Amino acid sequence: MRNAPIIQDSAMIESPEIMPAKSKLQHEVSTILEHYQHDKTRLMDILIDIQDENGYIPAEAIDYLSHELNISTVDIRQTVSFYHFFSETPRGKYTIYLNDSAVANMNGRKAVSKTFEKEAGISFGSVTEDGLIGLFNTSCIGMNDQEPAALINGAVFTRLTPFRASEIIRDIRAGKQVEEMFVASYGDGNNSSEFIKAVVNNHIMKRGPVLSDQFKPGEGIKEIVKMSPEDVIKEVKISNIRGRGGAGFPTGLKWEFCRNAADQTRYIFCNADEGEPGTFKDRVILTEKPFMLFEGMVIAGYAIGAKEGILYLRYEYKYLKKHLENALQKIRKLKLLGKNILGKKGFNFDIRIQFGAGAYVCGEESALIESAEGKRGEPRDRPPFPVEKGYLEKPTVVNNVETLCSIVKIIKNGGEWYKNLGTKESTGTKVLSISCDCRYPGIYEVEWGFSVNDILDMVGGDDVQAVQVGGPSGSCIAPNEFNRTLCYTDLATGGSLIIIGNHRDLLKGIILNFMDFFIDESCGSCTPCRILTVLLRDKLKKIIEGRGVMQDLEDMEDWGKIMKANRCGLGLTAANPILTTLKNFKNLYLNKIQINKDYDTGFRLDEALREGMKASNRKVSVLENK
Amino acid sequence: MNQILKFKLDGVECMGYKDQYITNAAAENGFYIPTLCNIPGVKPRGACRICNVRVNGKLMTACTTPLANGMVIECQTEELKDLRKAIIELMLTEGNHFCPSCEKSGNCELQALAYRFNITVPRFKYQFPERDIEASHPKLIKDHNRCILCKRCIRVIKDEQGRNIFAFGKRGNRITINIDTELANDISDENARMAYEICPVGAILLRENAFREPIGKRKFDHVPIGIEMERFHK
Ligand SMILES: Cc1cc2nc3c(=O)[nH]c(=O)nc-3n(C[C@H](O)[C@H](O)[C@H](O)COP(=O)(O)O)c2cc1C
Ligand code: SF4
Ligand code: SF4
Ligand code: FES
Repeated sequence: MRNAPIIQDSAMIESPEIMPAKSKLQHEVSTILEHYQHDKTRLMDILIDIQDENGYIPAEAIDYLSHELNISTVDIRQTVSFYHFFSETPRGKYTIYLNDSAVANMNGRKAVSKTFEKEAGISFGSVTEDGLIGLFNTSCIGMNDQEPAALINGAVFTRLTPFRASEIIRDIRAGKQVEEMFVASYGDGNNSSEFIKAVVNNHIMKRGPVLSDQFKPGEGIKEIVKMSPEDVIKEVKISNIRGRGGAGFPTGLKWEFCRNAADQTRYIFCNADEGEPGTFKDRVILTEKPFMLFEGMVIAGYAIGAKEGILYLRYEYKYLKKHLENALQKIRKLKLLGKNILGKKGFNFDIRIQFGAGAYVCGEESALIESAEGKRGEPRDRPPFPVEKGYLEKPTVVNNVETLCSIVKIIKNGGEWYKNLGTKESTGTKVLSISCDCRYPGIYEVEWGFSVNDILDMVGGDDVQAVQVGGPSGSCIAPNEFNRTLCYTDLATGGSLIIIGNHRDLLKGIILNFMDFFIDESCGSCTPCRILTVLLRDKLKKIIEGRGVMQDLEDMEDWGKIMKANRCGLGLTAANPILTTLKNFKNLYLNKIQINKDYDTGFRLDEALREGMKASNRKVSVLENK
Repeated sequence: MNQILKFKLDGVECMGYKDQYITNAAAENGFYIPTLCNIPGVKPRGACRICNVRVNGKLMTACTTPLANGMVIECQTEELKDLRKAIIELMLTEGNHFCPSCEKSGNCELQALAYRFNITVPRFKYQFPERDIEASHPKLIKDHNRCILCKRCIRVIKDEQGRNIFAFGKRGNRITINIDTELANDISDENARMAYEICPVGAILLRENAFREPIGKRKFDHVPIGIEMERFHK
């Protein structure tokens, strides 16, 4: 029943009220459904359009979708309620999502959030009565080198101060458009191009093959039209490149598995979810090297035998949409995308952009595929692996943004050339996202094999207490390990280094934030990931509050092992903030626990009684002084 | 099809078929691997994680992993037994499981596992969450206090058009199982009964059906869970 159905006469007589006129909202949803051809697997796009149009997803829209797509309302809500940026209630004409990551907090987020709350007259997590302003927290939005930052109706505001916060609220009240609220000039590079116009900065501090200015669109594709897909894979295998998204799987091998899968319909995904707090290199690559990235997807598509590529882009980067679509349009014109690429008969390949809607776990490749199919981002069981059964059950390769860009260089200059960069096991370069307590935060493309010390020298990091390598899921290392090197056999990393100065409260300011992050982002499917993350966080809190005992430290270590029973990388690493600091910063814990006590429930009588005491007008402090 | 494969389970040479999941193959060889979210014959979903075994040294869920030739599987090691016990304890402390007053007592797989694993005092603190009981549906009662989020109901119960009657809501520790009000109104008697039976705990109840079986006649009153599979039990 796509359009207004033809009403049979008999039906008219029996129940004349059966087809009430379509409401305005239903009309709107109808148009959206037409656009996606009533395809259930495009539910994410459908919901995003509804959310963008209305500022929320009204119940009426869900009912209508349920009817039109023949899926139950609970099923639609299963998707809607999973994603951070979907809401069933209005989130304000101006929705402010203020980043709540550890680094934002280290850079003065608290004062900014307080000002927002004071000026808007509401607290975070709510909307003003007139429906004008909504204040919400959000996890890392990929701006770690320019925090505190916020998304306001999709536009990025960086380097916020309390002063800016009150200005912004004033501008909103004065009815200004979001774009009119930018004060600083636009950012460097393409950030100020007509398709982006963002105040975001790239901060590219060191360039290598991926970020070099030498790239010319088509340089890789020109090579592959002369090669067989097998030869392309061979070249990639020679280069020995491993995935840059974190897991480090050899790319050539992955492609070969997919190419050898029986099914002829195959897909290539570019993973641009970049949700690991502290990582922002893919954002910069998307901004500066979209041609290169898309070219990498074309090459991958050719190698594995895919006709369609999908760029899965996190919702936080929606401000790059026009820019990326424009780039796609341009390379289509250059015959580098579309039908008969560069005149080669039957070399057909096209790319579409699929947005996420706020879920870190959707960066996990099988969750990403689930999400692209319109479902909640729940990782799949493996086997089968995506290369056997991925998107729409077809063989699928998922590759990181940076991996695909590096591929272009490998094809252009040869696998042997690439192999000479970096170390023996970790070839090539790595684009690093470096942030927090150093003089020059930003993007550095370096060869693998740099030690942490080298990096600190490079970025101007002295007086360093700890370095968080690879984001919250990685490890927190202490100065005695700064001679370790970045490579797959030692300190493997998706590329984020958060430098933490000596003046920081590591446990309270950073590790606790990381644990809260995992609790929020767990998909909730596996028992330990869902429950134990909370219990571990509670233990940590107890210790920070000075109520911990030795047993708590032992418990945390033991319980951390149970997390190994989880399904995906999120759950497998979610205890790492605690486990790696427990190992590398034991003293911080030992200094906090009560040494003269074997046992403490952590129960606080004063807290438990506070409300009752207040209600009965008795002094709470009597209890507190005990 | 039906190619015969060899594998080793806790040191014992076993045989199974290609495309068979480890849990099934183990059972046919006389080994019980504890499961909870798994439903034999239905596409598995490794949700509860208690069936974790070590396959060639690597932790994997036995219910979702197909057998491969030459696999060396460890199941009853001290490490794995404690891991399973911990997961059951997590479930027991996450919700509100007051067994003596529960309609499913004696037929509940979680309770049966708790007995089998000799759980007396869990190592985790009880969370005593505030959860609802949905009594508004005509045939079913959903007690969220007891739901262990195993996803069995989502996977199995569909209406005639294949639509989901049960689905997850939210994520992480705020996750819930939601019921479609409209579809639950029209649910067939068979489907309602199946939902009740498929739920391993007392989270889905049939109206006017409580406490039918007297103590002594319930599923796990006399034998521990899994015993029918075990040739090697002590
Ligand atoms: C919780 C989680 C989040 C992830 N997020 C990302 C991400 O944002 N970007 C990414 O490329 N890979 C991410 N990954 C890794 C992917 O699962 C996958 O390994 C990767 O995209 C493969 O690409 P590569 O081989 O080119 O690295 C994540 C993994 C997990 C477990
Ligand atoms: S480990 Fe956590 S995030 Fe991953 S599937 Fe399990 S519950 Fe979901
Ligand atoms: S209601 Fe029952 S079957 Fe459904 S998830 Fe909860 S415990 Fe499992
Ligand atoms: S029975 Fe295998 S994960 Fe639940």
